[in-house]
Amino acid sequence: MIAKQDIIFNDIHGHLGSSLKFSEKRGDWDNTKNLISKGSDWIIEQVKASELRGRGGAGFPTGLKWSFMPKNKTKPHYIVVNADESEPGTCKDREIMRNEPHKLIEGILLAGVAMKANHGFIYIRGEFVDEAKILNKAINEAYDKGYIGKNACKSGFDFELTLHRGAGAYICGEETALLESLEGKKGQPRLKPPFPANAGLYGCPTTVSNVETVAVVPTILRRGAEWFSGIGNKNNTGTKLFCLSGHINKPCVVEEEMGIPLKELLEKYGGGVKGGWANLMAVIPGGSSTPLIPSKVCNNVLMDFDSLKNEGTGLGTAGVIVMDKSTDIIKAIWRLSKFYKHESCGQCTPCREGTGWVMRSMEKLIYGHAENHDIDILKNVCDQIEGHTICALGDAAAWPVQGLIKHFRYVLEDRIKDYKNNVLKVAE
Amino acid sequence: MIKLLVDGQEVEVEEGSTLMQACEKNGAEIPRFCFHDRLSIAGNCRMCLVELEGSPKPVASCAMPASEGMKIITKSSSVKKAREGVMEFLLINHPLDCPICDQGGECDLQDQALYYGRGMSRFEEDKRAVDNKPFGPLIKTTMTRCIHCTRCVRFMDEVAGVHELGAVGRGEDMEIFSSSPSGLGGELNGNIIDLCPVGALTSAPYAFKARPWELDKVNSIDVLDGLGSAIQIGSKDGEVLRVLPRLNEDINEEWISDKTRFAIDGLKNQRLDVPYIRNSSGNLQKCSWEQAFQLMANRVSKINSSEIAGLAGNQMCLESMVSLLDLMKSLNVDNLDCRPRNSNMPISHNNKASWLFNPTIRGIEESDLILMIGTEPRYEAAMLDARIRKVWLKNKIFIARIGGGAKSTYPINEIGNDPSIIDSIYRGDHSFNKKLIKSSKPLFIIGQNIFTRSDSIGILGRIREIAKKHNAFNDKWNGVGILQNTANIVAGLEIGFVPKLKTSLNTNKILNNFENGKIKFLWSLGRDDLDINNKNADSFLVYQGHHGDKGAELADVILPGSAYTEKNATYINTEGRVQNAYAAVSPPGSAKEDWKIIRAFSSYIDKTLPYNNLEELRNRISEINNGLTTENFLIKAENNDIGDPKTSLLKEEITNEKLNFFMSCNISRASETMAKCIITQQGK
Amino acid sequence: MSLRMPAPKEVQPKSFKFNKANLDKINFIISKYPSDRQASALLPLLDLAQRQNNNWLPLEAMNEVAKILSIPMIKVLEVATFYSMFNLAPVGKYLVQICGTTPCWLRGSDKITEACKKKLGINYGETTQDNQFTLMEVECLGACSNAPMVQINDTYYEDLTEKSMTGILNDLAKGKKPRKGPQSGRKGSEPQIIKEA
Repeated sequence: MIAKQDIIFNDIHGHLGSSLKFSEKRGDWDNTKNLISKGSDWIIEQVKASELRGRGGAGFPTGLKWSFMPKNKTKPHYIVVNADESEPGTCKDREIMRNEPHKLIEGILLAGVAMKANHGFIYIRGEFVDEAKILNKAINEAYDKGYIGKNACKSGFDFELTLHRGAGAYICGEETALLESLEGKKGQPRLKPPFPANAGLYGCPTTVSNVETVAVVPTILRRGAEWFSGIGNKNNTGTKLFCLSGHINKPCVVEEEMGIPLKELLEKYGGGVKGGWANLMAVIPGGSSTPLIPSKVCNNVLMDFDSLKNEGTGLGTAGVIVMDKSTDIIKAIWRLSKFYKHESCGQCTPCREGTGWVMRSMEKLIYGHAENHDIDILKNVCDQIEGHTICALGDAAAWPVQGLIKHFRYVLEDRIKDYKNNVLKVAE
Repeated sequence: MIKLLVDGQEVEVEEGSTLMQACEKNGAEIPRFCFHDRLSIAGNCRMCLVELEGSPKPVASCAMPASEGMKIITKSSSVKKAREGVMEFLLINHPLDCPICDQGGECDLQDQALYYGRGMSRFEEDKRAVDNKPFGPLIKTTMTRCIHCTRCVRFMDEVAGVHELGAVGRGEDMEIFSSSPSGLGGELNGNIIDLCPVGALTSAPYAFKARPWELDKVNSIDVLDGLGSAIQIGSKDGEVLRVLPRLNEDINEEWISDKTRFAIDGLKNQRLDVPYIRNSSGNLQKCSWEQAFQLMANRVSKINSSEIAGLAGNQMCLESMVSLLDLMKSLNVDNLDCRPRNSNMPISHNNKASWLFNPTIRGIEESDLILMIGTEPRYEAAMLDARIRKVWLKNKIFIARIGGGAKSTYPINEIGNDPSIIDSIYRGDHSFNKKLIKSSKPLFIIGQNIFTRSDSIGILGRIREIAKKHNAFNDKWNGVGILQNTANIVAGLEIGFVPKLKTSLNTNKILNNFENGKIKFLWSLGRDDLDINNKNADSFLVYQGHHGDKGAELADVILPGSAYTEKNATYINTEGRVQNAYAAVSPPGSAKEDWKIIRAFSSYIDKTLPYNNLEELRNRISEINNGLTTENFLIKAENNDIGDPKTSLLKEEITNEKLNFFMSCNISRASETMAKCIITQQGK
Repeated sequence: MSLRMPAPKEVQPKSFKFNKANLDKINFIISKYPSDRQASALLPLLDLAQRQNNNWLPLEAMNEVAKILSIPMIKVLEVATFYSMFNLAPVGKYLVQICGTTPCWLRGSDKITEACKKKLGINYGETTQDNQFTLMEVECLGACSNAPMVQINDTYYEDLTEKSMTGILNDLAKGKKPRKGPQSGRKGSEPQIIKEA
């Protein structure tokens, strides 16, 4: 359990106020000049040493990612913050942006220093209108105070920051689709290589990082890499925002230690599963893309990247979706299939054609209107999507269904049996 | 060079190669739909997936750069499964309406489904249906068949430079869409039919005409502009049904213009299929070859050689021009010309550089700066224009023009119409000189509009001096190109179908004298650009050609000849490239190959030309220049001494007489398809 | 998603011009991107056009934006049809977008939908006769810990119940401004017992 003094986001529920005045009181922008003056290499080394892993879903080591930017600057470098929070079950970046925007802005400036980027962009999902307004106000405050802009924090480092609103497309959370969108195009992921660190925004070296990842950096730099890496477990360090949703008594967003047991998380903050722990059916632990885990796995699993990977799922965005035993789990996963079909960009074949097929097959299975071997076909169709697409949306569409078949095949088969029995009854 | 392993065998490829290239080098066949080696890489069809050791997922071989030591597997079961999977996904929403699809028999989807598909369907849902789209009169769309490879979009964006196609919507509802409801613009649309790997885009004029295996196919060349693009002519039952591009890196790469492809319905309209003579009441009436020749012989016998003239047309083959030249020589006639009316293009063989596109079409890609004078390549030579776009797209070179004209698919900096600009550049005080001075391979493209000006020699001379001063003439580069807009004028100039003596009459004088009766016998070999206003009663006009166009209207005798699809014949393009056309079908009715007509008349008047067949005729041609009978021979100018900078320039502005791209010759003027294109472009 | 195509001709206005205030905004927006990258301003400009045009985006507006940014019309069409926030046909004064993705569905978004349908007398994709309300289902809006929720124009309403949903629609119909955010009364997404819809 997290110690009070280790909490990074002190006002994640917005009780204190997001303005610069209150943010400074909470320690934001405290002698940022000093941090900047330590230079690019120092920042990257500190982030590496903190063992911070990206909070956007993939969990790639942040310091390593930041170090991929070319050492010799021949073109402009860009830091782009991925604030396109759209993964079902995930609502943590929103809380940072509307309640602690200055942590993010300060983090972007420091990331910019680390990567020698003099221009940063925040790509915020279009639906977050209020959040964009708050963020915009905070950016203006930072400009007015001289924290960003020419000679940011009087450090001699120039830094421009542009807030860019999306317009409704989950796929723009994929970093290269996000860059396409930022360039004024459809959000269709790019082929990799080249990777953004070589050819990103406008063909220039670019690093895309998640809001939470960037927002914790100032605190790490202030309190020291050891402090951060001392929280949680090896390779799964630090604190993390968890989003609890679904069948719990107190759905909420909380900051906790990485590696907190799922059960503790749900009971302590979520007020417990509706109807008690015994009423738990399954949990999607890291946003809709991660395969669900059945209740028996939930009993002991820890909430970090490696523990969840060992259970065949992932920490993802730490968007925990809880389903109790009243859930029609087929319908719950079908609804995700519908989501992915809706959000497929249409560019590559397996995703464009496969997501619709999966959704329609799932739809039939809700009613049990299928044969047992249709489950195998569905599994096979998912396998045909997984790993064969340009970006990870194909995988994300396949995993929930694969997870359903893996853990709840008996539910699917029962549903088919029930349907057949009903048909027989009606026929009689 | 990079070494890597493909299916266990070592392969060496150049730096920058893709895995697909490496696999192909090893003989491994990689299926693909979206990839096309002349378009940007999309990587969207996922058909070309291969296994790459160390990569958890299969990779798209079209997009992945090869690097040292990679190990690629193309034959594993996981690759096979990946292909089967993609194939199945492509087919689930494809209508499988092959029996009624024009692509049948040459369909990538059909072929690859056979080789890489599972051969059965597991999909039980309803298939997607997509509305057809208005792509204009050339392209029939059946969008339900589309597999979203985006080749058409990329071609239009990149090669054609017409930004009207895109993919709208997203996910499974994504559709190829045109922002232009009246039809696509540009001159290269037909190529997206060839690029479409399925039957979503097919040829509208060719719809349901034939199956590919029913066609007789002949490799030939196009003569509807001055480029001589490589084509394949497909015919059935003696009718030309379609024209497709053939690969020729020197000229058209693998594209052709819409005129080349679609004007062929003009080959069936307004054809001259029997000889005609004008009767006493002034009307043309059908007659026998004997009657036509008799009337002609009668005329010729009554006049002397200075009253005879011959004009050769721009779509006529080398063989017929040489035959007419020889016939005229035997009659001591010197009044010969092959140039358009008002053209003062130099004719001396010492001046070949002033009628050849010296840099060559392919050479355009090397240039780093272009100045066009009095030309609109977009309409005069669409494929050459595509080359200019290609080099612009690649290197964003600066392109300027004097004389104005239509916009093209690359930015043209119009620097004015005043001839004094040329003087200013010549002196070195024009703003363009700032660009010129930095250029190591400047290209000057001079259009036919210059040769209707009395100061053309002065313009050429100044360009020569400018070119000389700025790296345009050296061992490796001749940067001054004269752009011819008709198919075979270079052949006429090369064989000397020109007024050679001081006393000889040129096109203008021949026509003036024909109007006032001094020329009493004019043999027009396919000339449709003559605009004879007052035909003198004593004057006698023989029109030999294949179409009843402007040139035939006033004729006293019409001799029906053959179009380029109906004879084995030689044409020389604007670069001076010698190429052969081959007969795909027979000429209609009693029309004949053109050289045979002239040969027959020569024997009728006892001036029998000394060749009895094509081979003998070509032997005779090789006496003029051995290269003229050698396929792909490139006529080269021996020097660059064009024009004369000392002669003064006119005050009159340089202008562009806009060429009607879709109707630039008698064949395209007879084409209904071309007429539809004009209406489409007017609607834009 | 169903096919998103521009509204039929009959509905399309003949012309579209940005008003003075928005023209000034456009210059400001473009200035936020590097100097030769004005195409980046496409999404913000389309959004601006939509806001000026009663929350929907006509073809003429796309054309206008294409001209201002020197982008071919087809590229604008691609973008406008790709992103779900661009409404390609007229919508009611209040665009009620109900999140139906799993986290909201688990907490009763179906009931919220029924409440809306009952109250407004329309189905998804329809607009009330008085052009006040349009009802749409949308995908996850990123407020999962405050599920179920709807977005009405720019505003999120969260922790909904059938009663609070109906109340919000009533308020809007009467021209009142309902309280935004969580209807449960909690602050943001703080842990608190929330009744399911």
